[in-house]
Amino acid sequence: MIVFSATTSTFLTVDNLSLVVQQSLVVATLALGQTLIVLTGGIDLANAAIMVLGTMVLARLVINGSNSVVALIAGFLVCAALGAISGGLVTMLNLPPFIVTLGMLTVILAAGRLYSEGNSYPVTDNLLGILGQGGYLFGQIKVTHGMTLAVVMFAVTWYALTRTAWGRHVYALGNDPEAARLTGIRVGRTRFSVYLVAGVIYAFAAWQALGRIPNADPNAFQTGNLDSITAVVIGGTSLFGGRGSVMGTVVGALIVAVLRSGLTQAGIDSLYQDVATGVLVIAAVAFDQVVRRRSR
Amino acid sequence: MTTPALQARGLVKRYGQVTAIDGADFDLDAGEVLAVVGDNGAGKSSLIKALSGALIPDEGTVLLDGVETHFHSPLDARHAGIETVHQTLALAPAMDIATNLFLGREVRRTGPLGSVFRLLDRNAMRSQAQDQLDALGIETVQHIGQLVETLSGGQRQAVAVARAAMFGSKIVIMDEPTAALGVKESGQVLDLIRRIRDRGLPVVLISHDMPQVFEIADRIHVHRLGRRTAVVRPADASMSQVVSLMTGALRPGDPDAPPNLVDS
Ligand SMILES: Nc1ncnc2c1ncn2[C@@H]1O[C@H](COP(=O)(O)OP(=O)(O)OP(=O)(O)O)[C@@H](O)[C@H]1O
Ligand SMILES: [Mg+2]
Repeated sequence: MIVFSATTSTFLTVDNLSLVVQQSLVVATLALGQTLIVLTGGIDLANAAIMVLGTMVLARLVINGSNSVVALIAGFLVCAALGAISGGLVTMLNLPPFIVTLGMLTVILAAGRLYSEGNSYPVTDNLLGILGQGGYLFGQIKVTHGMTLAVVMFAVTWYALTRTAWGRHVYALGNDPEAARLTGIRVGRTRFSVYLVAGVIYAFAAWQALGRIPNADPNAFQTGNLDSITAVVIGGTSLFGGRGSVMGTVVGALIVAVLRSGLTQAGIDSLYQDVATGVLVIAAVAFDQVVRRRSR
Repeated sequence: MTTPALQARGLVKRYGQVTAIDGADFDLDAGEVLAVVGDNGAGKSSLIKALSGALIPDEGTVLLDGVETHFHSPLDARHAGIETVHQTLALAPAMDIATNLFLGREVRRTGPLGSVFRLLDRNAMRSQAQDQLDALGIETVQHIGQLVETLSGGQRQAVAVARAAMFGSKIVIMDEPTAALGVKESGQVLDLIRRIRDRGLPVVLISHDMPQVFEIADRIHVHRLGRRTAVVRPADASMSQVVSLMTGALRPGDPDAPPNLVDS
């Protein structure tokens, strides 16, 4: 941050920080769902693809004359169903989440391209774009509805994870699924619910994405899955499951956004940004490994 | 004679080529402490897993108070009042002691906070957990908020034992609960087992510690090669006789074998 503010004079301005936060919202929302799955010891490679398909469903339905509320409901159902499919494959067939979501990623990307018929779809609908609009000014910072929604979503998820039995069961099964089973936790049901909830969260991410850029493009957010994993890992959640928090993910998502926009404003090519995020995620995982090994 | 609290007949469990339980019978009388002894790999843990819903046997029946029962999950057994300390302890390492004690049966706040917002009553759970540890005389654990992974092996075992003692309402099963404990702590667990029995609950204790078994058990179930070979009374048998039964050096029908309480 200090480096960026030294090299680009505009970086630390209030407007720019508000922009950075806005840019982080989509990845932060994806990372929220990702956090839940990583806490169970899983990983979701398909989250950005699910979200992108969600934006396509929203945009096309509205363009074809649907009521925007109906389109939103349909988008949520599609994302939830895709999350449920991943969850079903992981829990019922006992397949590794990495493989399941890699397969889902491939299928959903292809489905999105087919469904798009080679086009991207601009969105002019008010409701679909509302999250990018300014809600009010907080001091000098422009707070969009999307920011407010993100704060609410993180708060609700934090509450569910730390203040309800469901949250404890999520952590417990990430700690040791067999121990969780022996204590009477319904492991399969809990794990499935996590993928389902994550699917719903990705639908919110789709809505956020249209607020940010009112255009549903099947080729958007190609690195959204990795960015979300980076945010989760930088935020201190262990890829081995059972340890971490959504508050860490907030910080992680902001770091990813600051890094990306800082590098952009410093005039650095996006390929080098990918290099930087890649290095960051490996460093974070390595750190996690070292810490775990020491605590064993 | 009263109906045994828990019985099993002809249990079988195969894991591929390995037969972990090979036609095992089991009887636990009301109010007794039953020790289960046997060599490593004899199938003791597998047997009590079948009795506590942790595994579903391929064949055979389990009877609770004389009624045939099918546990489909550990939760079913727990609902029936059976609490188990598994050999693996079944604790979540990254969670604290209080959380572990209430894992899978968390207490919610009363009123709409609990029923609508699902809010946990963390204070109630913490203070109950603290009371329980105090009541058991588990002083080595300093703070109820300590993460289980930071505890010593013996302390972890104490937490698992405390959990079973706290919630057992019908039967308590302990699979080598003192394996990692010091002399004093083992003594505390034995005291605890007596107190559970004094509450009227029968206890199943798996142990390799013969003096301990002879000290506390009302009857000794000897397990060998996946099934029960004999049940003897400590008063009728010597430790070396029981060890011989375990290893097969002595057979239940042999002239110098102690009286067997069951047919085998
Ligand atoms: N999940 C499993 N998969 C394959 N084999 C198993 C499994 N569980 C147990 N076994 C096998 O079943 C047999 C009995 O194991 P079990 O754990 O019941 O023995 P035990 O009497 O409790 O031994 P110990 O005294 O060492 O605890 C062993 O040969 C073991 O290898
Ligand atoms: Mg065992």
